[in-house]
Amino acid sequence: MHILIFGLVNSVILALLASGFALVYGVSRLANFAHGALYILVGFSTWLFLNRVGINYIGSIVLSILIVSIIGGAIYRFLLIRVKGMPDSEIIASLSIGIAIMELFRWRGFISEAYMLPPFIKGSVNLLGVMIDWQRLLIIGVGLAIMVSLWLFTHHTKVGLSLRAIAQDKHASMMSGIEPDRTAVIALAMGSALAGISAVVILPLGNITVETGYMVLINAIAVCIVGGLGSWAGVFAGALLLGFSQILATALLGPHWQMVVVLLFIIITLIIKPSGLLGRQKELEERV
Amino acid sequence: MERRKERLDRGIKVRTEGIYAISSWRGIAYMAFPTILFVVGLLILPLVVPTMAWQRIIVIACLFALLALVFDFLTNFVGIVCLGGAFFTGVGGYISGLLNSAWGIPIIFTIPVATIGGALICTLFLLPCLPIRGIYFAIVSLMYPLLFARVIQALDIFGGTDGLPGLSTFPNIWVELYLILPIIILLTFGLKRIVSEDFGIVLRAIRDNDQAVRASNINITWFKTKAVFLGSAIGCLAGAYMAHLYGWVGLSLFALDFSIFPIAATVVGGGGTLVGPVIGAFILAPLSEMLRAFGPLRVVFYSLILAGLVIFSTQGLLPYLERKYHQFERWTEV
Amino acid sequence: MNQEVFLRVRGVNKSFGGVKAVHQVSFDLFKGEILGIIGPNGSGKTTLVNIITGFVKPDEGEIFTKGKKITGLSPHQIAGLGIARTFQIPRPYPSLSAVKNLVVPLFSSRIQRTTGGKLGDRDTVALDILEEIGFERDAHAPYKPASTFSEGYLKRLELARCLALRPHTIIMDEIFSGLSVSEITTMIPIIERLQMNGITIMMVEHRVRELFQLANRVMVMNFGEKIAEDVPSEIVKSEVVKQAYLGVK
Repeated sequence: MHILIFGLVNSVILALLASGFALVYGVSRLANFAHGALYILVGFSTWLFLNRVGINYIGSIVLSILIVSIIGGAIYRFLLIRVKGMPDSEIIASLSIGIAIMELFRWRGFISEAYMLPPFIKGSVNLLGVMIDWQRLLIIGVGLAIMVSLWLFTHHTKVGLSLRAIAQDKHASMMSGIEPDRTAVIALAMGSALAGISAVVILPLGNITVETGYMVLINAIAVCIVGGLGSWAGVFAGALLLGFSQILATALLGPHWQMVVVLLFIIITLIIKPSGLLGRQKELEERV
Repeated sequence: MERRKERLDRGIKVRTEGIYAISSWRGIAYMAFPTILFVVGLLILPLVVPTMAWQRIIVIACLFALLALVFDFLTNFVGIVCLGGAFFTGVGGYISGLLNSAWGIPIIFTIPVATIGGALICTLFLLPCLPIRGIYFAIVSLMYPLLFARVIQALDIFGGTDGLPGLSTFPNIWVELYLILPIIILLTFGLKRIVSEDFGIVLRAIRDNDQAVRASNINITWFKTKAVFLGSAIGCLAGAYMAHLYGWVGLSLFALDFSIFPIAATVVGGGGTLVGPVIGAFILAPLSEMLRAFGPLRVVFYSLILAGLVIFSTQGLLPYLERKYHQFERWTEV
Repeated sequence: MNQEVFLRVRGVNKSFGGVKAVHQVSFDLFKGEILGIIGPNGSGKTTLVNIITGFVKPDEGEIFTKGKKITGLSPHQIAGLGIARTFQIPRPYPSLSAVKNLVVPLFSSRIQRTTGGKLGDRDTVALDILEEIGFERDAHAPYKPASTFSEGYLKRLELARCLALRPHTIIMDEIFSGLSVSEITTMIPIIERLQMNGITIMMVEHRVRELFQLANRVMVMNFGEKIAEDVPSEIVKSEVVKQAYLGVK
């Protein structure tokens, strides 16, 4: 039971982390390696607003997420747009930007344990015989809420529908008047916002460190690879698979096995079904 | 009267085209000069620098030059974007470190064994990515060093967080220098030779249009495997060398530095030239050392340079120099 | 014309999503003939070529060459058995010269097998092939990078690339597309010469009139199905074909 609940929490965490990355990739085929950087950017900026500027918690959060979304969109609009269509350059460029941001934080001294965000609701509750803190339950709640709102957004709003259209067929959407560049900016802004939302609900569980940024990146990409790049259901599948496996490994073998699990799953996925659990095989082979 | 800038080949370049290159001493000198400058320059560099600290920097530059060669070769000649320089250095370094530390095997054996053994291991891990689209290779090659480092740390094997200290080192700085410098020169020209030989032609064709290569009865996965093996061998060599340079292996061998730096060196020096990345490494390494005082800011610095260069797609130093050497510009009236 | 079957296609089905690209197509390609395949746009011709040459796996059906089953083999294996193909949009290696373009197939295991490793200098062999296909030997053309070539030369390079493989069969996917009338006129004798040299040819073509000058037999496809197979003179009279192209009842 313990495993079930914590497995679920872990899976939701992973899904949240991966959602921002998956969104950007799904819509504009851009592997955004600055994802981890944006995540901790929100964390640190919330902390700054809360502790140095004195804005209240909710305000700090909203402000940070807004700012980072704008930054994310700006990164595309002014920088990445110049290398669009060249996947190698896109990766290198977004990676360099991400590293620059994260190492900038490291230089400024944000590596110690002192940086924390307070949980929204303190304390724990007994759920079906397992002690679990409210924050973790909140994460599940937020995760579900995000899933639902994303679904609604991409199925019922004009902008959301255009995102889906571009994800499915770029050229056809262009012919329908959807501009890929503008959509990509929106996608990147949303991806950053998703990173931000994940950050503010997950970071209270621990500290904000630069290492976290790299971990987020690794985990997000792992989930997408295992679940299938470009597939939403794949994100959930990958998150569930990795999430539960990590918790199982922790329970049976020890906490440090989490990373081993990730590595193993990536290798297994690449060997058996490179497109991931629910990825579309066609996408991976070059078109003739 | 309007004027525009015109670029023309220098007289001597035209006179030395093809077979006419050997028709005069001046012609021969013209053609040979860049190569001679490169080789001699590298070899006498350690002798002209003021301090031993600088000599150390040259060794470091050499190792980064190796990594830059690998990146340029794989990316611009085979079409495989390899973001995992750190993977090679880590695997190579740890293998030679383990051999030396656990079984006392001397340097003269650990380095070659680490080179070949490391290449086998790296190629094996990268093998699943080869038949699929390029972006997977890029992503996975980037992730492997990050993952491996964390696995080593988590399981506390191979020395864990502390690493393996007390390895054998080279007898003196001169050995360090004059072992690696000829290797660089040999590999640079060796790779240049390979890419113009038929085997290299096939690799370049794979980069240009892999479907056509498949239609010509060539198993592209096998060719890519060989290319990756070659690349990883060179990278593992760098890692193994580094292990014995510092007498220590640790998680830092998997640091992103080793993945990013070669890319930066290639972009600065000129991708697709093989010589350019080497030059780029020799430019960036001293810069990097000078900035070491700033700590992580150094990484910020060259990430930003890299981002800038990639985004604003510059051609690099070597093509610029080549242009200046072979051509001249002048204003003409239209 | 011999009755030996060089290519046998039986019951091939392929769907993409809900679209039936190829439906129950069966036919034989006989040794030494030129078989034309025509049909309106979207009739599945190129998909059929991709399936035969291994770039796409069929959902159902079998394909044999000279009695050997090749369904499901990868493209390089099928090429190794002697079936070469051109691509509808030419796929040269832009950064390499025409000569070096041909070095690639000359490096293949098929060539190593058929020449016992005694091929000699690949560049020279490449020049010979290019000359056969219409590149002048001493001009600069063979040494210029393929990125500078016109469509006509690119198509010839495609053929040269096939020839370098010493195939017994060449499948041409719309080799006339993108060419001017005069370029086509110079291409036709090249193809005739290939047949005279003993190569079996399957030509998927859109330009029916030019194709009929070359083809011994013609197969017509529409909506993924084979709707006719006969000699050209009968095909022009066929009501079914007319209906497919023009929608005339």
